[in-house]
Amino acid sequence: MPSFVPAIPASNSIGSEGNIVQSTQNTDFGSFEHSLGFRIEDAINLSRDPAFNQIKSNGRALGTDIQVRAVNKSVVASETDQSSTALASQRIALQKESHLNLVSIPGAHSENWGDSNMADTSPRTETSTDDTDDRNQMLEAGPSAALVASDSSGRSKEKAVDQKTLRRLAQNREAARKSRLRKKAYVQQLESSRLKLTQLEQELQRARQQGIFVSSSGDQSHSNSGNGAMAFDVEYARWLEEQSRHINELRSAVNSHVGDTELRIIVDNVTTHFDDIYRLKDTAAKADVFHILSGMWKTPAERCFMWIGGFRSSELLKLLMNQLEPLTDQQLMGLYNLQQTSQQAEDALSQGMEALQQSLAETLANNPPGSTESSGNVANYMGQMAMAMGKLGTLEGFLRQADNLRQQTLMQMHRILTTRQSARAVLAIHDYFSRLRALSSLWLARPRE
Amino acid sequence: MDRVKDLASAKAAVIFTKSSCCMCHSIKSLFYELGASPAIHELDREVSGREMEWALRGLGCNPSVPAVFIGGRFIGSAKDVISYHVDGSLKQMLIDARAIWF
Repeated sequence: MPSFVPAIPASNSIGSEGNIVQSTQNTDFGSFEHSLGFRIEDAINLSRDPAFNQIKSNGRALGTDIQVRAVNKSVVASETDQSSTALASQRIALQKESHLNLVSIPGAHSENWGDSNMADTSPRTETSTDDTDDRNQMLEAGPSAALVASDSSGRSKEKAVDQKTLRRLAQNREAARKSRLRKKAYVQQLESSRLKLTQLEQELQRARQQGIFVSSSGDQSHSNSGNGAMAFDVEYARWLEEQSRHINELRSAVNSHVGDTELRIIVDNVTTHFDDIYRLKDTAAKADVFHILSGMWKTPAERCFMWIGGFRSSELLKLLMNQLEPLTDQQLMGLYNLQQTSQQAEDALSQGMEALQQSLAETLANNPPGSTESSGNVANYMGQMAMAMGKLGTLEGFLRQADNLRQQTLMQMHRILTTRQSARAVLAIHDYFSRLRALSSLWLARPRE
Repeated sequence: MDRVKDLASAKAAVIFTKSSCCMCHSIKSLFYELGASPAIHELDREVSGREMEWALRGLGCNPSVPAVFIGGRFIGSAKDVISYHVDGSLKQMLIDARAIWF
């Protein structure tokens, strides 16, 4: 049989026994099965037929087995390439099948599983010469195999009663069971290492983005900014946890209809805690403003709606207006005005950012009309860079004003609302963002071809 | 300092800026958006720019630009302006100083 390497996509479902059937739809198993001479699904059906198992107990090498082994050999050979995990799992699944179908297998070696599962290679007592023919018929006759199996069952029933055979069967079962357990453990190990590998890769990529040299000889400034970004990420994660605890407290308070004064205290706790994030961001921005502005500390969906390192207050107000009903006319006016003013401030800051970008671009684009002397050019270049550096430095100021705007807008909103409305607003804001985060998780985990 | 005071009282809304400062650009945009036409004085184009900057810092303006005066009174830098804008008092101050009418 020619060496055959099935093209198997690395899918998430690899590694569990049941999927061998499922993956026949996804892979080149059509041709693979063809080369096996029978369909894998039929093999499964056959294995479930007790009569078939009894026939196998005579321990004759089945053509199937050899073919499966050849496949395994070629699968092992290709183990070095990237889909090796997938292939290995497939191989394991295949071998599982082969063991289900072919319990007693002659002493041909098995690559990874050692001899113990073959411990009871039964003495090849050719008690029934008809069996070979029957088996070959089964293999090549596909669907009619089941019929043939039941035909021979009568003849081999007497042999099955034999003591020796019984013991052999039990030992085979035991060996097969042990082998299955080992395979299971191996697969689990592979899966966890694969997960760990992807985690490490992600960490590495993140660390590289933050300018930390992988080798220990990184220079100080790089590692400082990297530390700032990572430290912020850690603190942000902690802040999120604390926030959700506060929110739960608030939610249960709202649901249990506590009095206004008590509710006010809880709401104030939440809003005070909410302000903590701005302090954290301020510190982090001093170390690495680009990390905050890039939004890498947020989830992808949140990042999509980002404006100067955070959310857009005017948008948030628009979303909340509907959820805060009933509102008095005065409140409506107040909220509408607040939305207007925050929009105006956002536009002003955006224009400033655009001016900054333009100015920076002009600074760098200008080829300073200097002398042809190299020293003059260097001086011009350095002057240009110094100017650009100065402009970059103002980014921190914009981030600070944007955060200030966010804080002020929320504070003003709470001034307009009653205690109960404030509580609902806080819950609504939290729920909105946690849904965005959940969306990001779903998006990142979506199955890909 | 005198120069600053003189200029600040000359018009209802006065903003001291620097030509290279982009935050100043933001605050100017905000005022235009509100319908005000503030007098803009760029410190790096003024003869006594340095002293004026020093004087503004003395008033507590940090960073020194943009420095906003309404009705001759020192209001603050960008942060203060935005805060007053959000709670509605900026508009009121401008109306009171007759920099805008509505």
